[in-house]
Amino acid sequence: MKYLEEFRDPQVALRLIEEIKEISTRRWVLMEVCGGQTHSIIRNGIDVLLPDAIEMVHGPGCPVCVTPLETIDKALAIAGRDDVIFCSFGDMLRVPGSDEDLFQVKGGGGDIRIVYSPLDAVEIARENPEREVVFFGIGFETTAPANAMAVYQARKEGLENFSMLVSHVLVPPAMRAILDAPSNRVQAFLAAGHVCSVMGYEEYHSIAQTYGTPIVVTGFEPLALLQGIKAAVTQLEDGRAEVHNAYQRAVRSEGNLPAKAMIADVFSVTDRNWRGIGPIPQSGWELSDRYRDFDAAARFSVEEITSQESSLCHAGEVLQGTLKPDHCPAFGKECTPRTPLGALMVSTEGACAAYYQSGRFTKAVAS
Amino acid sequence: MCLGIPGKVVEATGDGFMRTGKVDFDGITKEVSLAYVPEVEVGDYVIVHVGFAITQLDEASAHETLALLRQLDVIDEELDPVVALAAERARAEGTKP
Ligand code: SF4
Repeated sequence: MKYLEEFRDPQVALRLIEEIKEISTRRWVLMEVCGGQTHSIIRNGIDVLLPDAIEMVHGPGCPVCVTPLETIDKALAIAGRDDVIFCSFGDMLRVPGSDEDLFQVKGGGGDIRIVYSPLDAVEIARENPEREVVFFGIGFETTAPANAMAVYQARKEGLENFSMLVSHVLVPPAMRAILDAPSNRVQAFLAAGHVCSVMGYEEYHSIAQTYGTPIVVTGFEPLALLQGIKAAVTQLEDGRAEVHNAYQRAVRSEGNLPAKAMIADVFSVTDRNWRGIGPIPQSGWELSDRYRDFDAAARFSVEEITSQESSLCHAGEVLQGTLKPDHCPAFGKECTPRTPLGALMVSTEGACAAYYQSGRFTKAVAS
Repeated sequence: MCLGIPGKVVEATGDGFMRTGKVDFDGITKEVSLAYVPEVEVGDYVIVHVGFAITQLDEASAHETLALLRQLDVIDEELDPVVALAAERARAEGTKP
């Protein structure tokens, strides 16, 4: 078993898998929300090792994957301008826009720089007062404290040449949207530990109650995932639907209060279009009224850009757990990491890339 | 970019929003904002997202997570923009970095 050799502690993993098998009396479908969890599950073969009764489907928790196409197109339009230094996390460079990606704009002479932290973009703005410096502020709740601080700092220093193209997304509204969909199969969630270390998990109680869906907060190490799966299956078997924190060492119920205060100052909740899934009400953050001056979309007049997604890509179904990547007709054929049709094949956290990198394309080839 | 990386705080200076420190990630040391973790002290382990420590973590869990991130081969790319750019370019060209 090649998978188990990669576990640091295969005996503990095996025992957990055995225990999950013993408590499962029927089929259950669980969704892990975070893209990091998806990669860990596929890479370590957790989905294969689990008893057949337990099916893991992969959630929308890859920020690169769900950033809407029109936002990518706006980024491309801004990044191509002569007066702009466009700063981004590296993961965004190959995400396909309607016609090209940031890499191609860079190849065509656009001044595009990969930064580690949004504060690095603020630093670039400080050093280049004669240029406009734009940061591509995307991500889930985990990157929001950093992005918010960058805007806060820029305003404090009076950096008029700094702005941000903001397209933040929020996990809880996406969980509700998945559960609300008529095609939904998800019966329990593994919630992303790092998202909860920022936001806490108080918001999850009403989701668990309303939908009768257990939610287990967990990390992304193989053993943490197996413990989370066991906790979720135990609840399902008992007919309970509670929020359980299996990641106590890093997550508090109320989250990180200073970070939440900063986010509440700089951002406000807005409707957001999710790539592949479509609009989800109140599922994103935009700059709050106090920080509107820093909105790059307004500054460079790209607010009106609208875009049309490729019809070949089934990312929406994959993101909502109704289609496995290797069942997408384009998977491994038209769509590969080198020729991605959708963002899910680009990002290292995307489910399609996870399947491809782990050689999970037998089904697509056989079909 | 979404993966948080655990590391050990080896230096801390300043206070309030200007509190920063050096964090050692498995041998790579980086300047990190400690603005959101006022309670953290030198020697503690933290999870860092894009340059900001967002929560404290015990040492054993930190090592467990680092082992996974090493397996997924993402640490250098997450921490170093030069490595990230080279990796993205290699993927675009279909070659291994
Ligand atoms: S394999 Fe490619 S085309 Fe199919 S859903 Fe994934 S990203 Fe889209």
